Amino acid sequence: MNRKNAWIASFTASVAIGIALLVAGSTTVKANDQPAANAEVKIDNFVFGPQTITVPVGATVTWTNKDDIPHTAVSTDGVFKSKVMDTDEKFSFKFTKAGTYSYYCSVHPKMTGQVVVQ
Amino acid sequence: MTDKNKDLIDQKLQDLNNDGVDRRGFLKCMAWAGTGLVWTMSGGIPSSRAFAKTTHRSGRHGDFSFVQISDSHIGFNKPANPDVTATLQVAINKINALPQKPDFIIHTGDLSQLSKPSEFDTLDQVLKGASAKQIYFVPGEHDMLTDNGEQFLQRYGKGTEGSGWYSFDHKGVHFVGLVNVANLKAGGMGSLGHEQLEWLEDDLKGHSASTPIVLFAHIPLWTIYPDWGWGTDDSEQALSYVKRFGSVTVLNGHIHQIMQKVEGKVSFHTAMSTAFPQPAPGTAPSAGPMKVPADQLQRVLGITDVNYLVSGRSLAVVDSLLADSGSPASGNGSGAGGR
Repeated sequence: MNRKNAWIASFTASVAIGIALLVAGSTTVKANDQPAANAEVKIDNFVFGPQTITVPVGATVTWTNKDDIPHTAVSTDGVFKSKVMDTDEKFSFKFTKAGTYSYYCSVHPKMTGQVVVQ
Repeated sequence: MTDKNKDLIDQKLQDLNNDGVDRRGFLKCMAWAGTGLVWTMSGGIPSSRAFAKTTHRSGRHGDFSFVQISDSHIGFNKPANPDVTATLQVAINKINALPQKPDFIIHTGDLSQLSKPSEFDTLDQVLKGASAKQIYFVPGEHDMLTDNGEQFLQRYGKGTEGSGWYSFDHKGVHFVGLVNVANLKAGGMGSLGHEQLEWLEDDLKGHSASTPIVLFAHIPLWTIYPDWGWGTDDSEQALSYVKRFGSVTVLNGHIHQIMQKVEGKVSFHTAMSTAFPQPAPGTAPSAGPMKVPADQLQRVLGITDVNYLVSGRSLAVVDSLLADSGSPASGNGSGAGGR
């Protein structure tokens, strides 16, 4: 390899690495801005888990009851209200507006949670 | 017995309610519970004795008696009790076999698991076999799951006020059925609400201080364990209205285990479930059905028989298990449950 070719090779490599970094970078940015649109909340031992969940506008949150006792997920401001979920039953709600949504189980009101939509 | 089950029971035996009752102490209480425990209240001083001893006392009965059953959860079919209809039937058989026929039955809620019409139908079918034809109900949270309790009211709450509260008099005793499972607030426990409290204050006004009062509701009207919501946020207000009465008995369900407490002239009592037990407060990650070995199940389910003696204006509460433990009542003492 002569000197010129060596320079081209190293230049090409640099560009390739740069492009790779750009792609990687843009992927990271994408992950931060637009996380997976759907999120899960599990009800287990009379607790909503996670108790606070953060999702983007347009996300659908699905609650699943893992207890032997029926539960509900009811917004304190009347935004959403699940049917009664018996064991392994689910309830989903799509959040179309940003905001903080507090909710609780209307059967066992000590159980509370939050959906943060941003 | 699986290790997990054994652990749960051991935990329960170790220290019930963190009140210092050790395994031996608890087993002693269990022996009482196995054969029933009578405690009577006279002039605000409680005394208790083993049920077996009472029954030997010249067969004296109260002037009348009634039975409390609770938490039948018809429709529940998980491993803690796959056949709750059968255990309710055993409870009814037990009631029908009582030496003194009760004048009526009080059901303190959670008739059903999911408020389904078919579940209420099954309950009605089983209760039809009870020797006592008059049955008074208050709803549990499981009876108001789908329609704010409308169906419950149609079936069991005709002529009641608000979400289903009411009162009646029976042979000189004033009974009040309260609802503390409606319109529950986020983060709170049971709730009676302003309207019901006003009604209660007014309802009690017309009665003399010597009238024995019985309050019954689903969730305990005293704070047993706030972390699990085992209490009623505005119960103190309700209890302030009964302070002037000489004998007040409060009967609750919801927690599926016996707890008793005496505060002044007010005695509190919670009943066992006819369906499944729940863990003692704080002994498990959460409330909920507690699995016990199948052959132990009927020793943690039961009925509550209440005898009233006109002469002493006292109520004697006797809990008996669906299955007799066979061990004789041991010792005597005061305050079952020790709270």
